[in-house]
Amino acid sequence: MTITVRQAGIQTTVQDLGRPGWQHAGVPVGGAMDLQAHRIANLLVGNGADAAALECALGGFAVQFATPALVALTGRDITASLDGTPVIAWRPFRVERGALLAIHGGCRTTIAIAGGIDVPIVLDARGTSLRAGFGGWHGRALRRDDVLPFGTPSHLGDRIIAHLVEERLTFARWGAGPGLVPAYSAAPRVRAIAGPELTQLDPASRALLLSDSFRIAPDSDRMGYRLAGHALSLTNPREMLSSGVTAGTIQLPPGGAPIVLMADRQTTGGYPRLGDVISADLPLLAQLRPGDTVRFALSTLEEAQACWRQVERDLATAQAALHLRFAAGTDGAR
Amino acid sequence: MAPGHHPVHVARTVWPHSIIPLGDRALTIAVTGAAGVSSRAIVRCLTAQVQADVPAGLTAVVPAIESLTLHYDPLRVSFGALRDYMATALDTLVITDDASRAPVVIPVCYGGEFGPDLDDVAAAHQTSAESIVMAHTAGLYTVAMIGFLPGFPYLDGLAAELHTPRRSTPRTAVPAGSVGIGGSSTGVYPYTSPGGWHIIGRTPRALFSPTRAHPALLQAGDRVQFTAISPSTLRALLEHA
Repeated sequence: MTITVRQAGIQTTVQDLGRPGWQHAGVPVGGAMDLQAHRIANLLVGNGADAAALECALGGFAVQFATPALVALTGRDITASLDGTPVIAWRPFRVERGALLAIHGGCRTTIAIAGGIDVPIVLDARGTSLRAGFGGWHGRALRRDDVLPFGTPSHLGDRIIAHLVEERLTFARWGAGPGLVPAYSAAPRVRAIAGPELTQLDPASRALLLSDSFRIAPDSDRMGYRLAGHALSLTNPREMLSSGVTAGTIQLPPGGAPIVLMADRQTTGGYPRLGDVISADLPLLAQLRPGDTVRFALSTLEEAQACWRQVERDLATAQAALHLRFAAGTDGAR
Repeated sequence: MAPGHHPVHVARTVWPHSIIPLGDRALTIAVTGAAGVSSRAIVRCLTAQVQADVPAGLTAVVPAIESLTLHYDPLRVSFGALRDYMATALDTLVITDDASRAPVVIPVCYGGEFGPDLDDVAAAHQTSAESIVMAHTAGLYTVAMIGFLPGFPYLDGLAAELHTPRRSTPRTAVPAGSVGIGGSSTGVYPYTSPGGWHIIGRTPRALFSPTRAHPALLQAGDRVQFTAISPSTLRALLEHA
């Protein structure tokens, strides 16, 4: 069971939930930029959350299926087609042998296939570590004519396929509800917990950081987003020793343009730490394109973790509902 | 406790520290040296203590130079519980001396095509390339932390007479295995990457290999020594790598 890349696009990589456990050895966590989109796409095709999927930046990517498959696309502003028919995102759909799936546009589109992309596990994960050149598909972004294997659908995946066949549907009539999809926007407001050096910003800079919009600069990538708009400055800049950082850490390099660390960040950093974007809002950031804008608001640890628990509850509810409808129920129950 | 580690301090010293949230799924504990024990030694021993008995819900234990960051799953363990755990770990911390641990020896071919900046470094210190190599191989270094790239060691212990400001123009590609000096630091590039350090030599040893049982050659707290090898030895070792 394979897919063949017909158009490589700007940067398409195999991703999963990343490898947090190797940070002591300097290995970037990596994994999907938008972990929510990744987890929901996997859920829609009956995969476990840790199954490997494709992450397609922007568009221009096309892939041909050598075997039938169950697929779901998630992300922001997706325009895609299946043999020319527009694809509805956030719903599972069946792909016939030989069909061509094209991603024309989007931000970071997750393409999940029932059974998951079947690449070897390296250091506990299947995701691509681009900078170190391992994991994923030979440690690199996909190229034209790459042939990637995918695995066997789960029991849930099989039941979803059977349901679509039975109903003579290509696209499911159901999908991830609006409550499950993050509130994506081209100009989101994201919440952040204050970092230790936030108080060292001069008052004008602090006011700017927490009120004005910052533009995502063109040289932003999976490692980090460079924020353009206002140069921020510290009252008393001093040399700092490197220490641990995390997804969403807002750093302030000497130039004064903040950087938000993303999936492929280094494990440690030596720049002043202004704050950390809360986990529940990271998907909003992950789905921004160069030129989009972002604003920051202060949050608390308590609020951040309460939001995260809600995200997890919603996902668990959706998963339970899907299992109840397709995997656990008998025909008599329908 | 690993062989060769001798407890030298068991008293219930209160190590000055701060524990702060790093976002909603990590915390950083920053320490300050006290009672003749350096912050680096405290971090090294605290890391060993946490790694020997990892609390449920921890997803990563990441030592840095004067701090330790713990990443956790907030659905499995709370910030408060981890903060209390760390405070207790510090309270009962056993400081060990690792001076008797055998250093990791890293063979380096100095100068020539593999160390294009060796002569510049010598000129900057108004000495010969040979004396730079002697000083660099005489040093006993300690891995302060691993970061920047997989397996990249931040080494303490560069002799003051070798401190050299970084190159005014960074190179766009420094070959993997390059040994460099930048300011008061020395280190080895595990991967071909951009870099502003003066490159004085090259090692054939792989600093990181994801397929090894221990992917990173070095870990925080390790001692390191460099030893000089000839260009022919380097080429032979590179071919067998």
